[in-house]
Amino acid sequence: MKYIDEFRDGALARNIAASIAGEVEAGLRYALMEFCGGHTHAISRYGIEDLLPAQVRMIHGPGCPVCVLPMGRIDAAIALAGRPEVTLCTYGDLLRVPGSKRQSLMKAKAAGADVRMVTSAADALGIAAAFPDRQVVFFAIGFETTTPPTAVVLKQAKARDLANFSVFCNHVLTPAAIGNILESPEVRQLGTVPLDGFIGPAHVSTVIGSRPYEYFAEEYQKPVVIAGFEPLDVLQAILMLVRQINQGRYDVENEFSRAVTRDGNRKAQALVAEVFELRPVFEWRGLGQVPYSGLAIKQAYAAWDAERRFAIAAASVPDHKGCDCGAILRGLKKPSDCKLFGNVCTPDNPIGSCMVSAEGACAAHWTYGRFRGAA
Amino acid sequence: MKGPPLDFRNGMVDMSHGGGGRAMAQLVDELFIAAFDNDLLRQRNDQASFAVEAGRMVMTTDGYVISPLFFPGGDIGSLAVHGTINDVAMAGAVPLALSASFIIEEGLPLADLRRIVLSMAAASREAGVPVVTGDTKVVERGKGDGLFITTTGIGRVPPGITISGDLARPGDAILVSGSMGDHGVAVMSQRENLGFATDLKSDSAALHGLVAAMVAATPSIHCLRDPTRGGLASTLNELAHQSGVGMIIEETAIPLRAEVAGACELLGLDPLYVANEGKLIAILPEAEASRLLAVMRDHPLGREAAVIGRVVEDRHRFVQMQTAFGGRRIVDWLAGEQLPRIC
Repeated sequence: MKYIDEFRDGALARNIAASIAGEVEAGLRYALMEFCGGHTHAISRYGIEDLLPAQVRMIHGPGCPVCVLPMGRIDAAIALAGRPEVTLCTYGDLLRVPGSKRQSLMKAKAAGADVRMVTSAADALGIAAAFPDRQVVFFAIGFETTTPPTAVVLKQAKARDLANFSVFCNHVLTPAAIGNILESPEVRQLGTVPLDGFIGPAHVSTVIGSRPYEYFAEEYQKPVVIAGFEPLDVLQAILMLVRQINQGRYDVENEFSRAVTRDGNRKAQALVAEVFELRPVFEWRGLGQVPYSGLAIKQAYAAWDAERRFAIAAASVPDHKGCDCGAILRGLKKPSDCKLFGNVCTPDNPIGSCMVSAEGACAAHWTYGRFRGAA
Repeated sequence: MKGPPLDFRNGMVDMSHGGGGRAMAQLVDELFIAAFDNDLLRQRNDQASFAVEAGRMVMTTDGYVISPLFFPGGDIGSLAVHGTINDVAMAGAVPLALSASFIIEEGLPLADLRRIVLSMAAASREAGVPVVTGDTKVVERGKGDGLFITTTGIGRVPPGITISGDLARPGDAILVSGSMGDHGVAVMSQRENLGFATDLKSDSAALHGLVAAMVAATPSIHCLRDPTRGGLASTLNELAHQSGVGMIIEETAIPLRAEVAGACELLGLDPLYVANEGKLIAILPEAEASRLLAVMRDHPLGREAAVIGRVVEDRHRFVQMQTAFGGRRIVDWLAGEQLPRIC
């Protein structure tokens, strides 16, 4: 595959790995958090940890939109799908996510609910146009990458006056979550969580640009390197972070310059600003209530807002007591530290959010890396 | 008394075609018996009666519910013949006969049914394995999805051959007969909601000829299995669990077409989990691997055969892969499903 294989080259990987091994300094610590699930997945799938020296430790962050969606919102979607007039459309990953009471959209579908898997927001709009007698709801989730397409379908629904279409909006913001992690007492004051640098998001940064990270680098004195999702991107970003740490720098650097600019995609940003507004607070599974971290649909598009149309009130539902997802998402614990990991909690039967999507820290470790801890 | 012949141009299956009366007899005569024509079927009994040789027999059954019914490289009919012949052949057996049961949804165009049955008959004739008995049922509109077919196959195991999923041993080599994922991607490309075009065809094929050549050359084969649903990854995990062993495979050794790799990249799928319908996995003592590989590559259905890894001792029964990138990872069972109804 042209333009793909170049970024998965084993010989180049060995060269970069040799540079990393040669440049890490004996007295220094390199605890690096990759924020995005896409990076977590690449690290596990390509076995990148095998290429790193022991001093470099990767911490898997909360950047998996399926993982951080709180159970109360899943419950609300399941309840919505249970209404006889509703056809609920969503991305495939969400079908298996457990809500409270062991329910999921897949189980609701088996019980008779009209739940459809779509690969884009536009597909959901198409279903609404094709079935005017159904109330078609698009269950929208994701970070800044999937938000512009949702904005587009809301604008189209309004332009076409499509009365049987609405969006259940659960879009969230990356910078707010990074800020939440850096502000947590363990990181900021106690220093109990080692966090020496960030691998910045790939696709999210194509939209928001590299500028939003400049504040974090400056305020918290942590280096950030924005990286693509291919394994060589990740390895190169690790080398760049090692160099910044060695030199005592904390800059925002861009490894993913083939796609990310400082300002990002202004057109997409304008589209999002036109349709969405900040929620004062939004719940994240694992992180709890995070101020100004989620988007709601603006008044001008209220007629296509499923939360208003169906008077959805999502309650906050606590996670399983034994689940360590919150600590894992903030880097306090590793997946294998959780006593549920691999026993009662597996990708086939996930209890916590990190085990739900292939991009979650626990699912990635279970699926690709659990031989490392096995005796 | 005989009415007009079935209208294979514009007609549709209706409830009377499963009702046990004259309409059903007409469908059986004019379509099924005419297409599958053989001595046993022509006897028109409720069962096929034939003599068996001494030795070990194998028997298998499989239901086919694929959507869409027609796909590049085959259809539900040819698939129902190939799939069941392959399940018989994976014991090293020579397939002898098939049965076929049709569950048809009211309203299926007779033209589609005929096209499928003719394709099935052609596949059966080409493989030399006759359909010797069958059954037809019709269900109301909305209670089926066009057509479901169940086929059962029987076969005879040649003397001296013992092939079973629990016989993989540390030190064995793991071979595949060709490129992975062609069937699954070809079927997915036909799904209207995925919307991508490819020239790729399903690899659907009967593998008993290849298997006969393999067991003749290397009777010491321990395991054979066709990596259908769940793909190579899930099938290797099944074998590792049955045999109580681990496996290590090499990513760079696994044959993969560029179109399959590209489509999987686009759809976010892992080709190791995508279904095949004309490929097999063989496990045998390492010392015999090069001989088997040569025999496989001499057969039209094994031209791209390759040694992809080895069996190791591992009480965790992990299937691990050395990645092209240079790291190591687990190749796990499929969690949930990649995409529904591709066989």
